Amino acid sequence: MHLRKLVWREMFERRNQLATSFLAILLGIAVVVSIKNITFYSEKAVARQLDALGANILVLPKSVSLQDYYSADMQNDEFPEEYVQRLAMSDLQGLDNLSPKLSLPVKLKDRGFTLTGILPKSEFQAKAMWSGAGIFTRPAAGCGTVADVPGASRPEAKETLVRQRVIEDLSGTEVLIGADVATLLGTKEGDSLDVLGRTFTVTAVLPETGTVDDSRIFAHLHTVQELAGKGPVINAIEIVGCCKEISDGLVSKINKLLPDAKVVTVTQVVDTQVKTNGMMSRLSLIFLGIIVLVGGASIANYMYANVYERRREIGTLMALGAGSGVILKMFLLKALLLGLAGGVCGYVLGTVLAVALGPRLAGIPVLPMPVLVLWALGISILIALAASYFPARRAARLDPCATLQEV
Amino acid sequence: MRLESVSKSYLHRGRTVAALDNASLEIAAGDFVAVVGPSGSGKSTLLLVLGGMLSPSTGKVHLNGHSLYELSPNQRAELRRQKIGFVFQTFNLVPYLTALENVQIPLYLAGLDEAAQKARAATLLERVGLGDRLDHKPAELSIGQQQRVALARVMANDPEIILADEPTGNLDPDTGQQILDLLAELNREGRTVVMVTHDARAAARAKRTLRLQAGQISSASN
Repeated sequence: MHLRKLVWREMFERRNQLATSFLAILLGIAVVVSIKNITFYSEKAVARQLDALGANILVLPKSVSLQDYYSADMQNDEFPEEYVQRLAMSDLQGLDNLSPKLSLPVKLKDRGFTLTGILPKSEFQAKAMWSGAGIFTRPAAGCGTVADVPGASRPEAKETLVRQRVIEDLSGTEVLIGADVATLLGTKEGDSLDVLGRTFTVTAVLPETGTVDDSRIFAHLHTVQELAGKGPVINAIEIVGCCKEISDGLVSKINKLLPDAKVVTVTQVVDTQVKTNGMMSRLSLIFLGIIVLVGGASIANYMYANVYERRREIGTLMALGAGSGVILKMFLLKALLLGLAGGVCGYVLGTVLAVALGPRLAGIPVLPMPVLVLWALGISILIALAASYFPARRAARLDPCATLQEV
Repeated sequence: MRLESVSKSYLHRGRTVAALDNASLEIAAGDFVAVVGPSGSGKSTLLLVLGGMLSPSTGKVHLNGHSLYELSPNQRAELRRQKIGFVFQTFNLVPYLTALENVQIPLYLAGLDEAAQKARAATLLERVGLGDRLDHKPAELSIGQQQRVALARVMANDPEIILADEPTGNLDPDTGQQILDLLAELNREGRTVVMVTHDARAAARAKRTLRLQAGQISSASN
């Protein structure tokens, strides 16, 4: 005989009475696990879609406003390209991608276009919209990006590889042109294009985006810097910043690092991310609150009834020499086992529900998240122990005489 | 074991009821005492007070030189575990444990390992004639067998004092006789036995009888 056996035997003997409490905690944990699981993948899906909107932080010269940037994208002020290195070498967390740019106005066949200098790979990784169109691969991982989920649509592999090679190999004599540029100039891939007295080869025509990018000509940043004759300068750094880190003050950290630049967030993108994530978190919290109340009340009610029903047994144990500690442990161990079983089974049921219902309810593929088993166990055990503490204490403080009325 | 001017009163529906009224008593080691008296005379209260389960309103209870109610509740529980065994009228076996496991409880509380618990519990059950019922739950045993399991449980920690409340109250005469034989045997081994009973034949097995009347020990006979 030992405490575990004593508790286990009692639980098994009165399993029908235990079933209601077990079901309450099981279903509660299952619902929360299910919501958390679906929420996680739903947030990732939202992040993936919002990521397609591009950068959410801009580093601009002090004198330039966000409005100037969007209206012209060619402000006269610049700052050193070295700022990019400073950011890249810093220990700031949440910088998913950096895209330095230098834009110049150019006239081709009497039409105005924008020549934009980029550091190829980073620029195109930041433009997830193009990636989504199957043009460029995206960074392997990061907060603004999502690891591949089986079942999710993926760019066509062969085309992606070809395009990526082109971008990585973008040389000083190559350009990529927006859809409007190609249409208005009648230029196609492989043609030559003279810009500011230099001849470039058009290596790709970008698909139409409906943005100012359609009238851009992208060339290598250092080539554009040469053509501008201003040295190693840029006039903007686009950053894909992690939503969470932005909320935690990433912008002010960048400001400290680059005191001579202006750091602004593209608020709509960031706000949408923050609001979406916040909504999901609140939903989880609401359900968690309900679970704590319903599950906790059910367990507390069961435990009080159990203590009442077993008062003669408790009195007998006290008469046999059990101290209050033994009685307290007996009920708390029972709560622990209840929480343990509820947590594990709740995790399994919740995961099955999430995987089965996720694609139907949220339209996204959902995979099991083993980390949630720890979370489920923690919550379940905590609820069971907290709800059982007062009934257990009452049991430990029972007057043995009152429990042994015959004596 | 000694009671010094012990009184115990209850508040029952707004009225104070004296269960023990200035009772003094000395029970020597190895004694076998029967406590008789009408219902409500304070017999049960006396047994509980002697067992360290119910603190008196006034007076002192001494056990082996210790003032019982100057100890903490957990210290009293420890003392009960070491020195006192209770026998109940309704046996109070734990219904979901087997006979063997019921007898193991005091041994578990004493800190014995499981193998030692099982060995001793089996020996005790064999002694009370239940060697072939080790794995039976109380509901699978007759009334007499249940009381014998309860006696085996009492003997588990080899107590110096056995406090029995109507140990034959629920038993047929033959089975009751067997239980009294066992109690007498335990007394012969040197244990002190205090037995509350309504049964004059049971009381006759004791070395002396105390009569309780309205909370007072009104007479004592050998």
